[in-house]
Amino acid sequence: MTRSERNWLLVAPAAAWFVVMLVLPLSVIFVFSFGERGPAGGYVPAFTLEQYANLPARFTAFKNTMILAPVGTIAAMLIAYPLAYQLAVRTDPKWKTILLVLVIVPFWTSILIRSYAWIFILGGRGLPALLEMVGIEGVRLIYTPFAVLIGIIYGYLPLMVFPIYVSLDRLDKRLLEASADLGAKPLRTFLTVTLPLSIPGVATGCMLVFILLMGEFLIPALLGGGKVFFVGNALVDLFLQSRNWAFGSAVAFTLIVIMLVTVTVYMRVIARLQSGRDDVSIM
Amino acid sequence: MKDNGYISKRKFMEELSRYRKGSVSRRHFLGVTGLGTATLVLGTAVPGLRPRPARADSHIGDRVVLATWPNYHDTANFDMFTDATGAFVQVNVFGSNEEMLAKLQAGGSGWDVFVPTNYTITTYVSEDLIEPLDVSKLQSYDAKAFEPRFSDAGTVDGTLYAVPKNWGTTGFAVNTAHDGGKALTSWKDFFDRTTDDFSGRTMVHDYQLTTIGNALKYFGYSFNSVNEAELAEAERLLIEVKPHLFAISSDYQPAMRSGDAWLTMCWTGDGKQLNSDIPEIEYVLGREGGEIWSDYYAIPKGAPHREAAYALINHMLDPQVNAREVQAHGYPVADANTNALLPEEILNDPILYPAQELLDALEFGAAATLTDPNRAELLARFKSA
Repeated sequence: MTRSERNWLLVAPAAAWFVVMLVLPLSVIFVFSFGERGPAGGYVPAFTLEQYANLPARFTAFKNTMILAPVGTIAAMLIAYPLAYQLAVRTDPKWKTILLVLVIVPFWTSILIRSYAWIFILGGRGLPALLEMVGIEGVRLIYTPFAVLIGIIYGYLPLMVFPIYVSLDRLDKRLLEASADLGAKPLRTFLTVTLPLSIPGVATGCMLVFILLMGEFLIPALLGGGKVFFVGNALVDLFLQSRNWAFGSAVAFTLIVIMLVTVTVYMRVIARLQSGRDDVSIM
Repeated sequence: MKDNGYISKRKFMEELSRYRKGSVSRRHFLGVTGLGTATLVLGTAVPGLRPRPARADSHIGDRVVLATWPNYHDTANFDMFTDATGAFVQVNVFGSNEEMLAKLQAGGSGWDVFVPTNYTITTYVSEDLIEPLDVSKLQSYDAKAFEPRFSDAGTVDGTLYAVPKNWGTTGFAVNTAHDGGKALTSWKDFFDRTTDDFSGRTMVHDYQLTTIGNALKYFGYSFNSVNEAELAEAERLLIEVKPHLFAISSDYQPAMRSGDAWLTMCWTGDGKQLNSDIPEIEYVLGREGGEIWSDYYAIPKGAPHREAAYALINHMLDPQVNAREVQAHGYPVADANTNALLPEEILNDPILYPAQELLDALEFGAAATLTDPNRAELLARFKSA
């Protein structure tokens, strides 16, 4: 067996996986997106651009996704960073493991159940009732974009905490001492040493959360009351209610393209921020 | 097990709701209601319930998967079935017939029994998704006892595909504590008041047939219209009220009970359940009309536990069991044998049996609405608007 044959053999399982799990389904979606809805729903082969022409009918779903996904990502990052910082830099090592486990604990229960719990917390007898007791009346939380945002932040926080934690934990503490020795105040040390060195973790966390959020449907379905629609909800609807596989495929393919473009631009920007420090990569 | 002898209907319903909420154990419930004893007696009296140890395990398997609607069963009846046959009833709840059809079309649903509504059955037959029924396995089913208009949709081209479960109407439930003394009596009221004093408090079904149909009734069109111009008007109305909706969902009881929602499109039994627990929530049929419907038990093609499916349907159609179902969920049945066992106050309940002039205005759903691409897309567009 030659070297190149051996290489091919080793790559084959991964390549097969890619073809079966990624290339094939994507091709099916692409082909379906030019088809038509069957008489009782489903798909019949055709070649038409009608489905893509109909995309504006889902404008609001794309708009909601394109607003709430980045806003949710940034909000989760702003909340996760101090937490990760506290865990990685300030916490006594003997407590670290326990505290980290506590961050993971919510993952032991299904996101469905955890989101469902928020229906009661945000419902009329939950937080709004508490607010009423302190004199703030008429607050409506459940089934609003804000409820969806809270659900998103809550659900995705651990995914953001971990990458940031890892990058802060690996940070060479001697650099902080050096910075202090050279007369930098804590804030300056944070801004010029800690923060730049933790950018890879932040970038990874944001990317993880953002990509998942773009396809999110569960949280808006539960906390948006069928009114705050993401593209994911529009897709569920098209496949599981109105049975328009052709249009559903066009919507799905468009979402994939938007995601690819966004993520590429994002990686470029991060790479530029990182330039000059090629010892750290973002993923 | 202690048998307390007599139990009043009210007390029975209270105990039932305590049991359903999980506040009391099943043992307590069966004991205090006498159902435990009744089950023992029934178990030997009714052929379908007679324990068949050898059969139970080897034939029908350990489970049966039922796809049905929210708040549509008495779980005690499922427990009885499990006790008698050893098969556990796994319940999947749906919000629309479209959702059920989509699952079956996609394949691999894993269902053994599902509960389609009258107007969908011809489509299931033409799509080859539904199993013809073998009546010899349904000893409890007495075809002659059923009112034909609620049972005839189960037969397509002379073949029996589905047997009637319950019938009912689609109206709305309104919390009259919030109507300012001005009663709502029509679909016009329903939508107009939603943009006014019920703003932010109204729910509509996540279901094309009723949400579009009732919007069509606002303009006086047929509930089943597939006319593009009429649908366009209905869509404008729905888009206009959307910002005033509390939610778009077919599971509206929790929000009505918590007081978050005050007004919702509503099916008979939900109306009855809400009204029994919270009397100021009233069930209203729109004066313009709306839907009258009949649901059926059916078996999908390729059901993994077909024998258990027959056993479950047979169990549920037993008049004794069916009568308890009606008392638990408040949907009427078209079966004379079951009605003979029901108390007078249920048979005269205006929620279950609305006045004739209100019923006369109602329409059965039409098969065309299920497959019409415009209605399907209209609802999807309305939700993502």
